[in-house]
Amino acid sequence: MAFAVLSATQMANIMQGAKKVEPAFGVTAIALLGLLIIIRAAHILYRNRVLNALDFMILPGALYLLINNYFPMFGLFIAFKNIDYRIGILRSPWCGFDNFKFLFRSVDAWLITKNTILYNTAFILVGNIIGIAVGICLATMLSKKFLKVYQTSILLPQLISYVIVAYIALAFLSNEAGFITKTFFSDKVVNFYTNKNFWPYFLVAVNTWKGLGYSSIIYMSSIISIDKNLYEASSLDGANKIQQLFHVTLPMLKSTIITLLIMQVGRIFYSDFGLFYQVPMNSGMLFEVTQTIDTYVYRMLTQLNRVGMASAAGFYQSIVGLIMVLGVNWIVRKLDPDNAMF
Amino acid sequence: MESKGLMTKADKAEQVIVHIVLIFFSLCAILPFVLLISGSMTDDSTLTITGYKFWSPKWSFYAYEYLFVSNGENILRAIGISVFITVFGTGLSLLIAPMLAYALSRRDYNRAKILSFYVIFTILFNGGIVPAYMMWNNLFGIKNTIWALIFPNLVMNGFIITIMKNYFSQNIHPALIEAAKIDGASELMIYFRVILPLSQPILATIGLMVGLGYWNDWVNGLYYITDNKLYSLQVMLNSILMNAQALLTMGNASSVSMKLPSISIRMAIAVVGTVPIIILYPFFQKYFIKGIALGGVKE
Repeated sequence: MAFAVLSATQMANIMQGAKKVEPAFGVTAIALLGLLIIIRAAHILYRNRVLNALDFMILPGALYLLINNYFPMFGLFIAFKNIDYRIGILRSPWCGFDNFKFLFRSVDAWLITKNTILYNTAFILVGNIIGIAVGICLATMLSKKFLKVYQTSILLPQLISYVIVAYIALAFLSNEAGFITKTFFSDKVVNFYTNKNFWPYFLVAVNTWKGLGYSSIIYMSSIISIDKNLYEASSLDGANKIQQLFHVTLPMLKSTIITLLIMQVGRIFYSDFGLFYQVPMNSGMLFEVTQTIDTYVYRMLTQLNRVGMASAAGFYQSIVGLIMVLGVNWIVRKLDPDNAMF
Repeated sequence: MESKGLMTKADKAEQVIVHIVLIFFSLCAILPFVLLISGSMTDDSTLTITGYKFWSPKWSFYAYEYLFVSNGENILRAIGISVFITVFGTGLSLLIAPMLAYALSRRDYNRAKILSFYVIFTILFNGGIVPAYMMWNNLFGIKNTIWALIFPNLVMNGFIITIMKNYFSQNIHPALIEAAKIDGASELMIYFRVILPLSQPILATIGLMVGLGYWNDWVNGLYYITDNKLYSLQVMLNSILMNAQALLTMGNASSVSMKLPSISIRMAIAVVGTVPIIILYPFFQKYFIKGIALGGVKE
């Protein structure tokens, strides 16, 4: 214990001195000293069998989640502050719901909510329908060799980042050398990156292209686990392939489909930042059809420097997102307790 | 499954349809990559006339020569940084995440329940990017350091822990741990000598998912890196793309294009970012598919 007391006085000294140096350095020094105190205390608790070895094993991971995931949750309060970087976040004045008033009075709030939800709905519908179709095909495939080739190809887009996807989109659409621009519109002047009419289709196509490997493999593995006797019994009853599809495969897939749908609906308030930021190349002319909550927060935070709007939109997303997840989980627990997350 | 001799007419028709559908979607998946690669290997002046083609009308490796020979320093440093953060980050993740997951999977661990909730809650709720950005920048001073590419978000998340925890509790029998304890092994020894060797498949799957996350990450670079000496490959790609964007909306492309990487070089850098994944892919495909089946690879 003497050691801990000593450290505390040292810490006070360091803290006084730290004001003169870089804040990052002060924080590091305090953190290091705090760490020493904690290690000493933990050692005493371990000797007295309050803590056991497993407690120490979870420590690094738990600490990471604390810093990376929990600290920012407490930071949600900045949505109620009028942030002024010059005087610091903590000393900035409270402003009640002003940030939210600004946000919801602007046209942006409605636009980004609408875009986020409508795009997600389209992604869920198109992605799952094609995913089920391809999953059924993969599961029906008899040749293992071809199955591997097809699987490998369809999964390829899943592996790359959205930056690379944006480059690929550019290879198709760029106005100086794009494949589509030069091949099909060579006599006309088209600039896809300023023409918003096409983008809803492009984005749905890109999202489906990238996610198809994932969804089709999930559906495939769930079809493979269907009892083969069901197919034999139905064919003895005279069912043909198409009847089997509609009366055996699809009904057996129902619970997988519902589970996936529910998880996707639970995340309907979140959008893939990469898809909406990278693929339209953050083009201002397209904001009306490409801006979602996530890209809006980014733009307000780093490009327009309107922290209030950004934090209000982020708060709005976090809270409604949580309500969606909890609500969806509540419904699942009513319908099918096995699939509920908690 | 049935052998080919026993196939009925309907079976054959079914296989033909299935092949056609799968060939169509496979081509859809692969052809864009072909366009990217062929575009990067086409002569620049030809590109402005014909545009990118799936089969290059005039092959040229000038873009790669420019990237690696005339201007090699930048791209080699970016590749180095990408490799470093991928290796370091994945190593860090595999060091701390399985330990947490393993402890949570132990039925005799008295704090497992509350800690499981602690982990799952991070999936349900998050503070969003604004507080996180301020925390990393103002509290930890992470801006423009290599740590910005390693620590925020990528080390591990609730999904990964949950997947590993389920694996441990399904595949490691409590009797095994009991036996090791009776032999006098400490908890750490049990973990390193017994549990980890038995868990190689899940470690490979998780390592792959985390490693891919690091290699592909550009978001941390976008938020926290402005110094172009610290650009990883993906961050570099992103900054080049966003500069090109200014060009596209300006309309008057020709006057500025001299300063920017030419159109084939743009695609060549994207190829450099993709090729390592494509080369390694056959080796890790098995684990990747397993990761999807476990629900771990996020969409």
